[in-house]
Parts: sequence; C-alpha cells; structure tokens
Amino acid sequence: MEITLAHYLFVAAALFTIGVFGIFVNRKNVIIILMSIELVLLSVNINLVAFSAHLQNLQGQIFAMMVLTVAAAEAAVGLAILVTYFRNRGNIAVEDINQMRG
Amino acid sequence: MLASIAFYVLSAIAVISALAVITVRNPVHSVLFLILTFFTSAGLFVLLGAEFLAMLLVIVYVGAVAVLFLFVVMMLDIDFAELKQGFLSYMPIGAIIALALFSELALVASASMSAQGAPIAIAPEHANEITNAEAIGQVLYTDYLLVFQMAGLVLFVAMIGAIVLTLRHRPGVKKQDIAAQVGRKRSEGVELKDIRPGQGLG
Repeated sequence: MEITLAHYLFVAAALFTIGVFGIFVNRKNVIIILMSIELVLLSVNINLVAFSAHLQNLQGQIFAMMVLTVAAAEAAVGLAILVTYFRNRGNIAVEDINQMRG
Repeated sequence: MLASIAFYVLSAIAVISALAVITVRNPVHSVLFLILTFFTSAGLFVLLGAEFLAMLLVIVYVGAVAVLFLFVVMMLDIDFAELKQGFLSYMPIGAIIALALFSELALVASASMSAQGAPIAIAPEHANEITNAEAIGQVLYTDYLLVFQMAGLVLFVAMIGAIVLTLRHRPGVKKQDIAAQVGRKRSEGVELKDIRPGQGLG
C-alpha cells in the first residue's frame, strides 16, 4: 500500500495528542510539560513537511525551520525560568507557581 | 514497498517512544525517549524528501535541546517520585480530551485521504533534480530573507532572556579588583596615631 499524505497526518495527530495528554497527566512536573510542548511542535513540523512534500512547495519546509527555531528558543527560556524557580523555592511543583506573582 | 515498511516502522517507534516520554517514572529516561522520538521523526523527514530539515532536527533537537534538558534534569536535585503523584487522578479527564482531539484530527486526515489519495512524493523520485538543501538555500536567502533574519532575532532574544534569568550577583563573594588594588594610596592603608607613653591604645 502506498504511503499518502493522510498517513503522515495520522502520525502527526497521534504525536500531537500524546503531547497534549502529557501536559494533562504530568501536572506537577514542569520538565515533562516542556517535553510535551516539544512533542506538539514536532507534530506540527511533521504536518508542515508532509504538506510541503504533497504540494511540491518548499514554503512548508521554510516554515518548519521557523517552528524549529521557536521551539529551541522556547526550550532555552523555559528551562532558564525553571532553574531560577528551583533556586528560589527548592522544588519545581507547578501548583505553587502562582505564589511567584508579586 | 521498502519505503512503506520504513514509514510504518519509524512511525510506530515515534508514537511508542512519545508515549514513553510522558509515562516513564525517571525523567532522564524520559529525555532519552524524547531523543528517540526526534531521531525517528528525522527518519520520517528523510522519507518525505526533506533531508536538510531531517539533519537540522538531529542537530538542533538531539544535539542542543535534548542535551539542555538532560543537563537541567541532572542538575536539579528533585524527588521525582513525589512529582509523579496525581498521574492517575488526572488520567480520566486527560484521556477524554486526548480521545476527542485525536478523533477530530483523524477525521480531518481521513477526509483528506478520500479527497487526495495520490501517493506522497518519496525522496528518490526526484533525485535527478537539485538536492533538497540546494533548493532550500535558493529560496531561504532570497524570498524568505526576512523570515531567516527573524529567526535569528528570536534566537538572540531567547539567548539574552536565558542569560538575564539565570545570571545572579551574589553579594557575599570576594572578587579581585585589580584597579582598586593598584590605585591604593598610602594614606588609605596606613593610619598613624599619636599614643602617649604609658597609656597604650586602650
């Protein structure tokens, strides 16, 4: 059976769903939440590249590179916030994070 | 045929390892499964004919982002068993929403399967043309120059943000100040006191 666009869309949908599910079930662990966000962005990238190949248009791949950049920046800033939070409080429980507001 | 087998194997590994990322107990294993997910997705990109993006995924994600995660997970001294609590209590609502989301996305995907059933372009079909990296390079620095510059700006701002967030000035630390040491005068360092004989400094 030939691989069509829909096959890639199914894989991307599965990865997206797993990412959202990971945010739901790991409410206390910020590191896993950040990794789930990375999974969601990866599934978006798969969609973009699949459509780029399907339409024979490079625009999707250019935009996937942009998403990659944003994902890397987001991971760096997120982990920096996490390190600062850990320094101040000694744990990374997300539920207490609203005490940070001043 | 071989491409179809490769697609099914790679996508199965990607989905299973993505599930492992969010379910395993140890976050270090979780990061390693994340690396496996990105690596297999890079394989899927190669199947789609996007070799440049596949290599970029391996370099940026496996080489930089995943290692950053690994650093942070190992640097922070956290009791991870405690963080795993509540996993089961959030499971039902999460499962319902995930199921709804997946069925919606799958509906759209199957609609596109019936609408456009043409097989997707696999890499070797256009091997006689220019390579993927060359094609991207031809448009990236001309038509999408602004996008390229904006990506650099995003990375720059993120770098500054990460440095500002994690840099700290500790007040108690003694540092060498060479200018102050060299510029010291005798009058600042030595004080002469007139002491009367037999009384001492008292």
